[in-house]
Amino acid sequence: MSKKDLVMEVKDFSFTYAGVDKPSLNKINLPIEKNKITAMIGPSGCGKSTLLRAMNRIHDLYTGNRYEGEINLYKEDDSIQNILKLKKENDFIQLRQEVGMIFPKPTPFPMSIFDNVAYGLKLSGLKDKAEIEHRVETALKGASIWNETKDRLKKSALGLSGGQQQRICIARAVALKPRVLLFDEPTSALDPISTGAIEELISELKKELSIVIVTHNMQQASRLSDSTAFMYLGDLIEYDKTDTIFLNPSEKLTEDYITGRFG
Amino acid sequence: MGGTFFKNFSFFSATLSFFLLIGIFSILFSYAQDALHEFGFDFLFNEVWEADEDDEGGIFGGFIPIIGTLLSTLIAMIIATPLAMGIAIFLTEIASSKIAKPVSIAIELLAAIPSIIYGMWGLFYFAPIVQEYIGGNGVGLLTAGIVLAIMILPFMAAISRDAMQTTPAVLKESAYAMGATKFEVIKDVIMPYAKGGIIGSVILALGRALGETMAVAFLIGSVMSIPSSITDPSTSIPVLLANNFAEAQDLEMSAMYYLALILFIVSLVIISIAKFYFLRTKVK
Ligand SMILES: Nc1ncnc2c1ncn2[C@@H]1O[C@H](COP(=O)(O)OP(=O)(O)O)[C@@H](O)[C@H]1O
Ligand SMILES: [Mg+2]
Repeated sequence: MSKKDLVMEVKDFSFTYAGVDKPSLNKINLPIEKNKITAMIGPSGCGKSTLLRAMNRIHDLYTGNRYEGEINLYKEDDSIQNILKLKKENDFIQLRQEVGMIFPKPTPFPMSIFDNVAYGLKLSGLKDKAEIEHRVETALKGASIWNETKDRLKKSALGLSGGQQQRICIARAVALKPRVLLFDEPTSALDPISTGAIEELISELKKELSIVIVTHNMQQASRLSDSTAFMYLGDLIEYDKTDTIFLNPSEKLTEDYITGRFG
Repeated sequence: MGGTFFKNFSFFSATLSFFLLIGIFSILFSYAQDALHEFGFDFLFNEVWEADEDDEGGIFGGFIPIIGTLLSTLIAMIIATPLAMGIAIFLTEIASSKIAKPVSIAIELLAAIPSIIYGMWGLFYFAPIVQEYIGGNGVGLLTAGIVLAIMILPFMAAISRDAMQTTPAVLKESAYAMGATKFEVIKDVIMPYAKGGIIGSVILALGRALGETMAVAFLIGSVMSIPSSITDPSTSIPVLLANNFAEAQDLEMSAMYYLALILFIVSLVIISIAKFYFLRTKVK
């Protein structure tokens, strides 16, 4: 795997939360491949969300966290940006438009469906109404929720079901045309049918962007992902092609977890 | 058996408060009858307040105290609302918890100070400042309005802050994750989310400002004259009632009940609107 196939790369990344002595992540190394789905699995509390939330610097909304190492973003012009070096609000904004995030619970804003999806576009300074309408429609279609919402775009997004809300959140992120989308257990609050719809959507999305998904559902990881990272107590134990991780892992710990001996 | 007793007791208390409300209203209404008959709705626009020589009749109009109440409250709201929002936003989104904690405590303490103390402080400290920098002779609508604003500010800020703090962290995080700035998160997520509580706090503060007696009595000047500028002295409904109650008789007394009735109805309407907003946020 050459660097050309990567969109991000985590290098020797350690992270300690404010007010805590013990690091939550120890020297993590993880490549994120372009137009692939990378899954992070591991028992609850092993640091999956912590790692994911470092990749768009959302941790920085809270003060006092300590970290070291590198998280590199490979830009479209082939330049390399260590996102841990960013300091200015403008740089964060740019990073977050390039690296979007979907949260465990649907988080529609208290505004209409249309305004939810248009929100990021308006933030990014897009003013042309026709263009915004076009991108909202494309994003809603891309998130396979256009048919359900096209007649009620002006209605509040809070009136939708949980699964629909989560797809609105995905549409909202996709509308910004990010290069990477980070999913933190996106289906943990949803029923099986909505979960199926979201999974299908995620597989579709990898044509256009690169995906990292945290899940505690091993079937989900094996169904969806191309590569899988197994984490345990703040360490990255094993990273490989998903088939290898699930069928022929090289670490005993991975095997024990996969076969359900703990977790 | 104890259960029945308790049930009856709580039923009694609940109905009691309802009957109190009705009772107060009917007393105000019946005592105001004479003035209602004599002056009708013209009362609201008549600026004369004069007893006859023999103290038995006279002409009484509520225009001045009504205008005085409205103007001093308006000044207070114009000053207090933006400041309270600023403080609430600062405490929820901007200040570190090291600063937010002591400031929050100070604000809650300020809200607990009895209004007469604000009145005294306003008279001795604030009135001269207004006189020197803005004009007038110290006491007047503006001074009363400013000190009223200072009085209702902590209360408004504390309730708005509570409302803003109910915004879920993930909701704010999702906005930041789309590239929103702090200002945009406050404007597009926190304010809409806390809207009900914020409006409720403003309306409750409005009710409090309208009915405030002691602080305003010190500062408004208590004269029956139409103000021609905001630094002029005037009077307000509660102040007029407090000042004249001891000596008034017959028709003047009835006219004062008329004023009290107006204040009662306005306050009730305001509280009901505020409740409506609070209830709506809770349901959501
Ligand atoms: N805000 C926080 N402050 C302190 N410790 C935290 C915080 N968030 C998470 N942790 C700790 O960091 C570790 C990793 O948490 P997390 O990344 O959320 O795990 P996962 O997503 O894999 O379930 C856990 O031990 C958790 O208790
Ligand atoms: Mg997690």
